[in-house]
Amino acid sequence: MSGPTGGAGRRSQLLAWALLLALAWLIVYPLGLVLRDAVHSSGGWTLGYVRQFLRRPTEWEALWGSLWISVASVGLAGMIGIPLAVLVTRYDFPGRRMLAGVIALPAVLPPLVGVVAFLFLYGESGFVARAVQALLRLDEAPWRLEGAAAVLLVHAYSMYVYFYLFTRAALLSLDGSMLEAAASLGAGRWRSIRRVVFPALKPALAAGALLTFMTSLASFSAPYVFGGGFRVMTTQIVSTRLNGETALAMVETVSLTLLALLALVVFRGAERDLGGSKGTPPAPARLRSAWLRRGIATLAWGLGIVLLLPHLTLLVVSFVPLGTWTTEAVPPAWTLANYATLVRDPVRLRPLLNSLWLATAATVASVAISILAAALVVRHRVRGRRLLEGLLALPWAVPGTVFAIALATAFSVHAPWTGRVILVGTIWILPLAYLVRNLPLTSRATLAGFRGLDPSLDEAAASLGAGRWRTLRAVTVPLLRPSLVAGATLAFVTALGDFVTSIVLYTYDTRPISLELLGSLRQADVGVAAAYGVVLMAVSALVFALGTGRGGSGIA
Amino acid sequence: MTAFLELDGLTRRFGGTAAVDAVSLAIGRGEVLALLGPSGSGKTTTLRLLAGFEIPDAGRVVVDGLDVTRAPPVARRFGMVFQHYALFPHLDVRGNVAFGLESLGVAAPELDRRVAAALELVDLGGFERRRIAQLSGGQQQRVALARALAPEPRVLLLDEPLSNLDPALRERTRRELHDLIRRIGITTVLVTHEQEEAFDLGDRVAVLRSGRLEQVGTPDDLYRAPANPFVAGFVGRASSIEAVVVALLEGGTRVRVEGVEWGVPADAGVQRGLIVGQRVRALLRPEAVWMARPEPGTLRAVVEARRFAGATSLFVVRTDLGTVLEVSGPSRAIAVGERVGLVPSRRAGGGIHLFPWEADG
Repeated sequence: MSGPTGGAGRRSQLLAWALLLALAWLIVYPLGLVLRDAVHSSGGWTLGYVRQFLRRPTEWEALWGSLWISVASVGLAGMIGIPLAVLVTRYDFPGRRMLAGVIALPAVLPPLVGVVAFLFLYGESGFVARAVQALLRLDEAPWRLEGAAAVLLVHAYSMYVYFYLFTRAALLSLDGSMLEAAASLGAGRWRSIRRVVFPALKPALAAGALLTFMTSLASFSAPYVFGGGFRVMTTQIVSTRLNGETALAMVETVSLTLLALLALVVFRGAERDLGGSKGTPPAPARLRSAWLRRGIATLAWGLGIVLLLPHLTLLVVSFVPLGTWTTEAVPPAWTLANYATLVRDPVRLRPLLNSLWLATAATVASVAISILAAALVVRHRVRGRRLLEGLLALPWAVPGTVFAIALATAFSVHAPWTGRVILVGTIWILPLAYLVRNLPLTSRATLAGFRGLDPSLDEAAASLGAGRWRTLRAVTVPLLRPSLVAGATLAFVTALGDFVTSIVLYTYDTRPISLELLGSLRQADVGVAAAYGVVLMAVSALVFALGTGRGGSGIA
Repeated sequence: MTAFLELDGLTRRFGGTAAVDAVSLAIGRGEVLALLGPSGSGKTTTLRLLAGFEIPDAGRVVVDGLDVTRAPPVARRFGMVFQHYALFPHLDVRGNVAFGLESLGVAAPELDRRVAAALELVDLGGFERRRIAQLSGGQQQRVALARALAPEPRVLLLDEPLSNLDPALRERTRRELHDLIRRIGITTVLVTHEQEEAFDLGDRVAVLRSGRLEQVGTPDDLYRAPANPFVAGFVGRASSIEAVVVALLEGGTRVRVEGVEWGVPADAGVQRGLIVGQRVRALLRPEAVWMARPEPGTLRAVVEARRFAGATSLFVVRTDLGTVLEVSGPSRAIAVGERVGLVPSRRAGGGIHLFPWEADG
């Protein structure tokens, strides 16, 4: 074994090349095939499909739709998330701590659940719409939740949490003495905010904006369920492919990828962290006027409840027998039948078990790969470590739909000499897809954990006669546990609720919860759909609670 | 004394620069060697080469006649105390101290006995169940020492063992460390950037600069006969002043310092092949110069500042030609602003060192 600064040992380097090769095969190669198929037909290289893409107004419409809805989502989510963060960190009011936790909840809920919950509450046959209809004695629903506005609303609603979490973390890490210093240097309130607070928040705001932008660019469930005639690229790709225009779907996929990469380039640099300051955060202001305090508390709690109402609705609907709840304010009957169906009907139970094992397998594999990769990158400093890190992070930058299409393209052909085998249609493709999508989450947490670990701990173990394996088992992994758990939790929850990749790659035998949920909804089996949603929420929340309870640091 | 641990031409390069450049040292069984040098001098790299965390680009490490240059740390049976201790935070004191013994396959009753013995050695008997975070800095340092010693290593390596302690604790811990390593009689190499620590703990001290070994010897050797201006300046206080050799005599050397002639006793400085008329750098220990009345024949200067240190103080004086020197003297006798005349102290033995002017320092 050679030391951490002594260059990589031969075995580590060999392992690194092998890992790089495997990742390239799983991540880069399928994307490359998509790119090739966009400019290649049986007759050879061609720009025909690209020309076809450029000539169709609907393609431009979809691309533009994806872009503007993402920009608008960033704006709206920021308008909700940032004030909320300021409210719960800067002002003291009754129940502040609890509220701060409660409004972070949607971060751990699968997007599809949020979308469906939204539908139940604000949809045309949702609770609010019916209430308004009954109140105004209208003949039909007062609105239809459809089109761009609906998508935007759902986005803002489920993505405010990114802005909220990042801003809150930044505000909490703000050094209170910096504000005092600014005040002692004669800076007024606004100047302090402009010159001290804002620059300190900038990286967090940029990170929140980037995450929101990328998520809404890749968003599939919301436009799929609410889109109506509104075109975005993610749904367009899937429908083009269903229409059999495979090559055109490839061009669309490439265009969406380019848009995502462009966003990354634009945001790069702004996201860079200034480095945490050491001091204590400024204490929340005690509001002197009781009136004002009550006002702030009401405002904050009111917002919080509005934000969580859809999920509560979902919970209520899951306990209502089919077809009994129409116009009443409170359901007339309650039942556990919806849950009973899930457990008793083997056809209904299967997706639950599927999602559980798929998510577990993908998470375990992804954590194992991340530990290996982080050890090679941080400890053994292998050659190609930047490339390795880049490959691990890449799936994050590429929308889920794109990846699903890429995997579907690469692994639907039997040509072992070009590295292609048929996996589509087997039970292997979904865990593989989840694994690829999980890698950025687990590897990011693991790399950060490894970097935070004092390398002399490893050396101490070595000097005490511990071999590589014992060092890993007895020192490294126990110390990394918080980061490993944080990464694994996030990965598991993401895989459990995955819809985007699943809809492209699932088979009947591996159908996950999300698809069955939507299927039940299609068949107007609202109670069962809600029950699926609640189970998904409950398992996600439970795993997350366990994860953070184990000394995990929360959102990685 | 035959060498138990031998460093033979050890070289380690990072990029283009040599962090350790052909360092050779021989350390006897039971000897304590201090590696002393400023930051970036290569002392820590040397220690890491010994421990096996770095592999040298050239040279050998030999222990007890066996070449271990390329042996992994695991195989060397060297104990190491890290600068920040590197105690395993998820294990308690017992878990930490037992770690190395478990590597050797020591099992239950024997394990407990040896853990207890190691803790007893550092005066932490009964601390087995404490968590690392509950310990004070001094206790952590002792646990780290116990952990390193428990497997009965052949050589003990200490990386800045006292640098993480507050000054009040440092002196006491240094005494305890000194007594402990001598009581066990273990061959020890320690790294420090503090001269006082090196002199107190080391039987011999090796001074390193820019990866090269400048001088190795007992603390007395280094102070009385520094090999070059760097060692002279690094080991104790010294002010530098330009001089010219006037005469080389039996009993010493006569030099002219800023127009005044001084006699430097033969035992005072290291005379290395100086010739009459040569321009030299005279390095003066504070106690080597004496402040008299500013009479003709003395080097005239003005007292600019005084740093009080009890009965004697350190005075900063500026000669008429502008050279600033540090001179010790009785605290009460001389005031700031006073004019004085500097003469070599009659009991200057070891206090004035002459080096060719070109020698760097």
